[in-house]
Amino acid sequence: MEDEQSFSDICGGRLALQRRFYSPSCLEFCLSCPRITLRSLTAVTCTVWLAAYGLFTLCENTMILSAAIFITLLGLLGYLHFVKIDHETLLIIDSLGIQMTSSYASGKESTTFIEMGQVNDVVINEAIYMQKVIYYLCILLKDPVEPHGISQVVPLFQSAKPRLDCLIEVYRSCQDILAHQKATSTSP
Amino acid sequence: MGLVSRGAAEAGRGAASAVDRPGPPDAVPNPTPTPPAEGADPGSSRSPGMVLKAFFPTCCASADSGLLVGRWVPEQSSAVVLAVVHFPFIPIQVKELLAQVQQASQVGVTVLGTWCHRRQEPEESLGHFLEGLGAIFSHRPWFQLCRERGSKSWSCKATHWQGPASPAASGEDQVMLIFYDQRKVLLSQLHPPTALPDRQAGDTTASAGGLAAVFDTVARSEALFQSDRFDEGPVRLSHWQSEGMEASILVELAKWAAGPVCLFLACLLSLISAASACRVFKLWPLSFIWSKLSTCEQLRHRLEQLTLIFSTRKAESPAQLMRKANMLVSVLLDVALGLMLLSWLHRKDLIGQLADALIPVADRVAEELQHLLQWLMGAPAGLKMNRALDQVLGRFFLYHIHLWISYIHLMSPFIERILWHVGLSACLGLTVALSILSDIIALLTFHIYCFYVYGARLYCLKIHGLSSLWRLFRGKKWNVLRQRVDSCSYDLDQLFIGTLLFTILVFLLPTTALYYLVFTLLRLLVVAVQGLIHLLVDLINSLPLYSLGLRLCRPYRLAAGVKFRVLEHETGRPLRLLMQINPLPYSRVVHTYRLPTCGCHPKHSWGSLCRKLFFGELIYPWRQRGNKQD
Repeated sequence: MEDEQSFSDICGGRLALQRRFYSPSCLEFCLSCPRITLRSLTAVTCTVWLAAYGLFTLCENTMILSAAIFITLLGLLGYLHFVKIDHETLLIIDSLGIQMTSSYASGKESTTFIEMGQVNDVVINEAIYMQKVIYYLCILLKDPVEPHGISQVVPLFQSAKPRLDCLIEVYRSCQDILAHQKATSTSP
Repeated sequence: MGLVSRGAAEAGRGAASAVDRPGPPDAVPNPTPTPPAEGADPGSSRSPGMVLKAFFPTCCASADSGLLVGRWVPEQSSAVVLAVVHFPFIPIQVKELLAQVQQASQVGVTVLGTWCHRRQEPEESLGHFLEGLGAIFSHRPWFQLCRERGSKSWSCKATHWQGPASPAASGEDQVMLIFYDQRKVLLSQLHPPTALPDRQAGDTTASAGGLAAVFDTVARSEALFQSDRFDEGPVRLSHWQSEGMEASILVELAKWAAGPVCLFLACLLSLISAASACRVFKLWPLSFIWSKLSTCEQLRHRLEQLTLIFSTRKAESPAQLMRKANMLVSVLLDVALGLMLLSWLHRKDLIGQLADALIPVADRVAEELQHLLQWLMGAPAGLKMNRALDQVLGRFFLYHIHLWISYIHLMSPFIERILWHVGLSACLGLTVALSILSDIIALLTFHIYCFYVYGARLYCLKIHGLSSLWRLFRGKKWNVLRQRVDSCSYDLDQLFIGTLLFTILVFLLPTTALYYLVFTLLRLLVVAVQGLIHLLVDLINSLPLYSLGLRLCRPYRLAAGVKFRVLEHETGRPLRLLMQINPLPYSRVVHTYRLPTCGCHPKHSWGSLCRKLFFGELIYPWRQRGNKQD
């Protein structure tokens, strides 16, 4: 069963949260970031080409123009493949683990899976980001040496950066599953 | 028995149907429909909502019905299915086979449950079957996986019934099916995330539990995968190799030939290393020269690597095997690049051109240096130097250059022959050729090095004198015993002479400082060029090309972890996931499998370098050549 809600990120852009409920023990959240717009693409290309043309009128060297075209193409490809994230997915499977996937605009996907045995808790933290104070969802990992200590903090949805209302939705569902998992694992 | 009548009732509900297969009378006959789920076992130790995980190989998804064979991991509540035993079989023989596999692989392989791949039309079902199987192969929990042929609907149950004595005492748990590619999981090697620096390595193994256990189980159960369906054995198994064992003729031939070849090459290499370690080379002038030349260092490094590759001992761990493979590929690439360089040099007859150009270039450099010294002896950049000291230093350095040029002209007839032999050494590898180039640069700029040392020593002496006399000027003294500055009362004549000397040194400082600055800059330039060459040599030495190639062509071999994908899900059916291998990113491949190099990196930080330059202490960038890092 699937449902979709619309939220906004910390800068005011529109985000879409898709929640898929496969079973009581398996839940998937998919957060889509605002797409790259034709307006911004045209603006960047025009700026680069105008600057190149300006240099060309100064130097009278046609290599500058072809270099500008190359730079624009390579820059766009690099941006789509390495920088622009289309959507981020969080998959929680009871008794197995938590998986985070980031899909880039060129189709590349990078996945991280954390086993349930290493997860201490999922919490919402505050952070100072530039001039703002924002909320972010993170996974606390267990310390192998100290049973109740925390060794690492893994932040989620780092490129989408949703606001608190979206985070609360995700947080509640995660806590349901984690509580269920703790109840079934601690009973003998 | 009560179960038979219930079983007959279940037939109408579309439960598992039988596969029609006649067998010998004493063999176990075909399966019966599954019994319905009893109520929760009051005496069961399991909580009702617990989810069990069943790892099922994708190659067995289309196999015929049979028994599931694998390992049960109670800490993770997961069952790793390794193979399917088909009907008909004799239970005693199955148990014997499992005992053999258990002994060979140290993995607790047992019968986990039943697998049913039924056709759409339900066939006649036979009774007693599950009860009989459950009694013969007692395993709790007992899994019953079922799939309709040609469709994607699966069903699985795990029961905990205690046997015919208490038929009411059986509970059911939810099962989650996780499909995995058996061949890829068998061949891959998990790389756990790098531990934090303040933890020991032993702590991380405790947390890398669940999935590492699955990988470990599959990797160690090779004995189970030895038989394929063409074998005439008593038990028919279905697994990733059941269509026939994978092997390659070339690999087998290479393995067979590796033994004698390794032995022969190991003997040859030990002869060479014994010859190089003989007494003659340990005498003082030769050993000093060997330690200063980077070519000898590189040759020694390569010899060590070749000895390691061709040693007759087998590699103990996968990491050692990777290291050997990386070294071999690195040596081969080196030799290939060296041969390419050699062919390019000979095709264009560059060696002759180089030899012809070398003397004029050396002459030109010496001329430029002379111009520089003349400039310093005049009024460089408008500064006014002390005429006497200026002339002394200038003439001294000019004479030195004159000596150097005479030496170069003396050597000129032999240059081409030497260069030709040096070019031939490129067939030992590109790194050797680059090291020789670096050494030639060092030899040709030896006079710059000498000038730098003279200038630095003079400057250092002057700075120390100045600091000591400055202390005297203020009435203090350096206490060598206590390593600190103490006050001291000087006599009048001591003070007078001290102040005079201090004044003299201060006024001579600009001249010395300028000479020191100029020659230090030249020396740093030469050191920078040599440093670039060494960086390139280090890169070729340490890059793990085999691992990078493996990551490019067979990404499942180097696994950073796993990733899951949820397959089509219908309500009421169990959850099905596909487990795929998440390959290691390239940066971690290079970081993990990087080969150890000579470690000729300068140990100075920028701050200490500036400090040494200011005080006139000599800088030895390659001083650490004697220490090897591993």
